[in-house]
Amino acid sequence: MSMEFLVATGIGALAAAGVYLILLRRTFPVVIGLSFLTYAVNVFLFTMGRLTIDKPPIITPTASGYADPLPQALVLTAIVISFGMTALIVVLSLRSFLETGGDDVTLGTRPTDQPTGPARPDKVP
Amino acid sequence: MTLSWLIFPVAIPAMTAAFLVLAARRSLTAQRSLSILATVAQLALAIGLYVMARDGAPHVYWLGHWPAPFGIVLVLDRLSATMLLLTAFLAIGVVLAATGEWDKRGRHFHALFQFQLLGINGAFLTGDLFNLFVFFEVLLIASYGLMLHGAGAKRMKAGFHYVAINLIGSTVFLFAAGLIYAVVGTLNFADLAAKVPQVTSADQPLLAAGALLLLAVFAIKSSLVPLHWWLPPTYGSTLPPVAALFAIMTKVGVYSIIRVFTLVFGADAGGLAQIASPWLLPAAIVTLVLGTIGVLASRNLRTLTCYSLIASTGTLLIGIGLFTAPGLASGLYYLLQSTLASAALFLLVGVVLKETDNRTQIIRFPQHASLLAGLYFCLAIASVGMPPLAGFIGKLLILDAGRAAASMASVWPAILITSLLMIIGFATIGIRLFWNTPTTAHAPEPDAARLPVLTIAVIGAMIIAIAALSVFAGPVMNDMTAATDQLLAPRNYIDAVLRPPLAMR
Repeated sequence: MSMEFLVATGIGALAAAGVYLILLRRTFPVVIGLSFLTYAVNVFLFTMGRLTIDKPPIITPTASGYADPLPQALVLTAIVISFGMTALIVVLSLRSFLETGGDDVTLGTRPTDQPTGPARPDKVP
Repeated sequence: MTLSWLIFPVAIPAMTAAFLVLAARRSLTAQRSLSILATVAQLALAIGLYVMARDGAPHVYWLGHWPAPFGIVLVLDRLSATMLLLTAFLAIGVVLAATGEWDKRGRHFHALFQFQLLGINGAFLTGDLFNLFVFFEVLLIASYGLMLHGAGAKRMKAGFHYVAINLIGSTVFLFAAGLIYAVVGTLNFADLAAKVPQVTSADQPLLAAGALLLLAVFAIKSSLVPLHWWLPPTYGSTLPPVAALFAIMTKVGVYSIIRVFTLVFGADAGGLAQIASPWLLPAAIVTLVLGTIGVLASRNLRTLTCYSLIASTGTLLIGIGLFTAPGLASGLYYLLQSTLASAALFLLVGVVLKETDNRTQIIRFPQHASLLAGLYFCLAIASVGMPPLAGFIGKLLILDAGRAAASMASVWPAILITSLLMIIGFATIGIRLFWNTPTTAHAPEPDAARLPVLTIAVIGAMIIAIAALSVFAGPVMNDMTAATDQLLAPRNYIDAVLRPPLAMR
């Protein structure tokens, strides 16, 4: 009971922190929030094979129960992918900071629908 | 049978991409010719696989001959074959259109392009949920690179949004996969389909949460309202050929919705049967309406194209959201034509407007205005759904499929009224763009003489393909109906995947 409670609240706290940080409007908290969210999902995936101790992962005639080894393989893949993605988004936010001079995540206006300049030929009827 | 043709749509782009990065990175000519060659090979392969899939039974490739619930499987049925063929056809157009002007903007365009094809083809072929996640990641990682290709400050900001929303999407996908595995104990589609009906009612809420989270993920990919807002900034700020290729990416989401919610959570799923249908149809109708409002509100061609892509996704998901045989078949037919129309429209944007030009409405090649206006006219007809092009037939079929459903009162007005509004939107932009004679004569650009003939030819070929879809609507629709019948009889799929591989019998 206590282990399940601990892990579940841990995942919940990580996910809540992640969601909160993602909703902020600077790139750095968003990146940290995404990391928190991926930690939460990694622990969650780990628990999807049930929390057991002292159980063998290989079938033996005497075993009373088994630990599921598959989630660990899945978690490994998920960790690798999320690590790579986090690296990418860090580089991206750095480049974005260097090129635009700000770390605000809002686009301001939609990039394709810029407001007017002084001359607007599209206003010609 | 030790080697199957099914691995090649994944293997060819993977090998080509690796070779392009490692061996051919110095010469752009070598990259171009190899990339075009590989794409042609994929088209030939896709045609072959399509013919192969027409025999009616799903073809299965067990990687390493591991039997199905334990090993990885690739499955080819009529739906996957159709999507592969559409991808290959689109890819060859995009690679030709990118050659020359766009692929010089940065390095490794062609390698990223092939990696993107690897992810898309893999997503269409894979037979289990976790590999669907992996192939999604492959196509997303490649798409991040393509989206930022030849970057600028604006593209960087839109790119940050795109990467962030897709990272959140991937996380939610993993939560969903974890929930489903925790309840059912498998991630293989066929095995899931066999075991989901047996889930006890105590575990069903957990599984339902997993299924609906999965629907949310696929909704992000296919830009379904309320998860559509990432699309216009992303597609609007990337290069035109990349946006054209991305037109198939929203269809990967649609494909996944069809696959999971007909096979695993379809009519046979016991307590969780048709779990998506209360959500999908209303969301699709709202998507269509909001996409149309976006089309009406657009002030330039680029934004208009993005919103018309959203509206077309809404239209085809209305057909699919009916979850009836005619609805699915007509949705698939509309998918074929709307993908080509959106892609061609994105390519046309690249020809008509300057890349950085979002304010002015001056076309790049005033001396070819009539040709460009003609192409725009054809594509507008296809996107809006007016006769004689295939969009009309597709919408008609969806309307016909909606006639039987209880939701006719919402489907018919939505499609008919939005079609009218989209005509107004497309006409407004067309008039502003092509009938706008600038009061002050502006000097033609230095490169005005070099009209990108290849891109124009690709757009023309796509219009011809759309016209062919409407001329051969009967045979195409027969094939789509056969694909739908296969989807709605998941027993064949399950038996084909779960039987032991040939070598083990």
